[in-house]
Amino acid sequence: MSVQSAMPMAGSGKPNFRLPLNWLGLLPFIVFALLFLVLPTVHIVVGAFQDRDGAFTLQNLLDLRNGTIPASYWISVKISVASAALGCLIGFGMAAAVTLGDLPRWMKSPQLTFSGVASNFAGVPLAFAFLATYGPVGVVAVIMRQSFDIVLSRDLGFNILSFWGLTSVYLFFQIPLMILIITPALDGLKREWREAAEVLGATGVQYWRMVALPILFPSLLGTFALLFANAFGAVATAMAFTGSSLNIVPIQLFAQIRGDVLGNPNLGYAMAFGMIVVTGIANGVYIWLRTRSERWLK
Amino acid sequence: MTRLLAWIAFLFGALYFALPLIGMTEFSLKMRRGVYSLDAYVKVFADPRFQETFSFSVMMALATIAFGVLLVVPTAYWVRLKMPGARPWIEFVTLLPLVIPAIVIVFGYIRLYNTSSFLPLTGSTTGTNILLMFGYATLALPYMYRSVDTGLRTIDVATLTEAAQSLGAGWVTILSRVILPNVLIAVLSGAFLTFAIVIGEFTMAALLDRPAFGPYMQLLGANRAYEPAALAVIAFGITWACMALIQLLARFAPKPAKPVKE
Repeated sequence: MSVQSAMPMAGSGKPNFRLPLNWLGLLPFIVFALLFLVLPTVHIVVGAFQDRDGAFTLQNLLDLRNGTIPASYWISVKISVASAALGCLIGFGMAAAVTLGDLPRWMKSPQLTFSGVASNFAGVPLAFAFLATYGPVGVVAVIMRQSFDIVLSRDLGFNILSFWGLTSVYLFFQIPLMILIITPALDGLKREWREAAEVLGATGVQYWRMVALPILFPSLLGTFALLFANAFGAVATAMAFTGSSLNIVPIQLFAQIRGDVLGNPNLGYAMAFGMIVVTGIANGVYIWLRTRSERWLK
Repeated sequence: MTRLLAWIAFLFGALYFALPLIGMTEFSLKMRRGVYSLDAYVKVFADPRFQETFSFSVMMALATIAFGVLLVVPTAYWVRLKMPGARPWIEFVTLLPLVIPAIVIVFGYIRLYNTSSFLPLTGSTTGTNILLMFGYATLALPYMYRSVDTGLRTIDVATLTEAAQSLGAGWVTILSRVILPNVLIAVLSGAFLTFAIVIGEFTMAALLDRPAFGPYMQLLGANRAYEPAALAVIAFGITWACMALIQLLARFAPKPAKPVKE
């Protein structure tokens, strides 16, 4: 790209040196990102290492071991891992079934469209939908009671406001997200690879184990990391769904921001910092693996 | 055999996704005892709080889209034209909102822009609204940037710029009358996705204490039985409409530009 230089040259003997001002075009973006993305995050991170008077301390991080905080991190991580793992597995199965031909190919486009909708149908309305269906007076519960005389909570020990309940709600946006991300990767599996493997005498299982899965592995693991972070940071769905009966980290942090329930503002910073660390690790893995997998899918 | 298994798995999956949608629709119609009626919807639409919060969120979404376009289109254009080396860095920054949970970002806003800070945005209603809009722009950044960048890939940015410059166009003219019309479909896809995200957003609006649609839904969910299901149906309809419009627009999208062979 060579735009005609309007600047007069300083001296004919010297190389044509221009002040590097191109970055000025990025200034609005840089200022925005600094003010509304980087600085707020840095403020939280710094605050996690300060006491009330602003002096450096590790006490806030140590205090994360107290009270209900470790339990809430643990249940958050468990729900995120469970919904991400199941989301990956089921999403992969559904995408593979349609992309690789066990199901008719015309289903691919509707499946992708529906995935686009469902992956964005999160938050408060999603929780309402599940409550209206599986809640104590929900449609499924009513049908079971009227037709089969089964009370879900009493006879089957079924409680939607539980670990698996919340996990299955999260799956409603996790599975579609997996389908959206993994379908292009499955499309990238070249037919020649399968044919080459078959010519060399590989069975279907061997092809998957030794060719397809190693190639897909970075995308699979990477998507797992993204789904994990997606579930870990979700506030609205859990809050509208369980109120505060499941004490996950985002709900506890929400209460802390609203009313300092922990009695120490800087402990709130430490909780938020912990969330950044957890999702940061997950997404660091994702970004690293994605750059690796893209080398194969060119 | 595998085909049968695939169908069984598919039916199971379809049931999982269909049941909550059927469930909420059915439940939303049951407000009047014994018969199906639209009473819950009538109640919701007649509620002045619904009208206020919904129009607030629509205004917010439109403001976010306008700001997002003004921020992202020139930046993505400039990166493609002048600073291709900065692309991985800019992309990394645009992906950050997927790493940092929204609740952490808004926590930072509340503490950083309080009344005693260098930029006391939370001190006034207008300021808080602007802060919320910036927050939404952050949430939408990954989608908006990716969408616009993909759109720019389909046109020859350098040639278009040189052609416009040799006709005497300035940067504003180039951006608004040459680049923007060429990536309009990509911009609109990003815009509809932004709309779908902003309209039901809960965390940021609730913590900044703005009367948005998300917190309203949450409040209604805590106090009512049938109206929340009606709201869920409405929200699903909005999401569906946004995605359908994106799909529709994709059909009009130009194919990637091929280098002209002499």
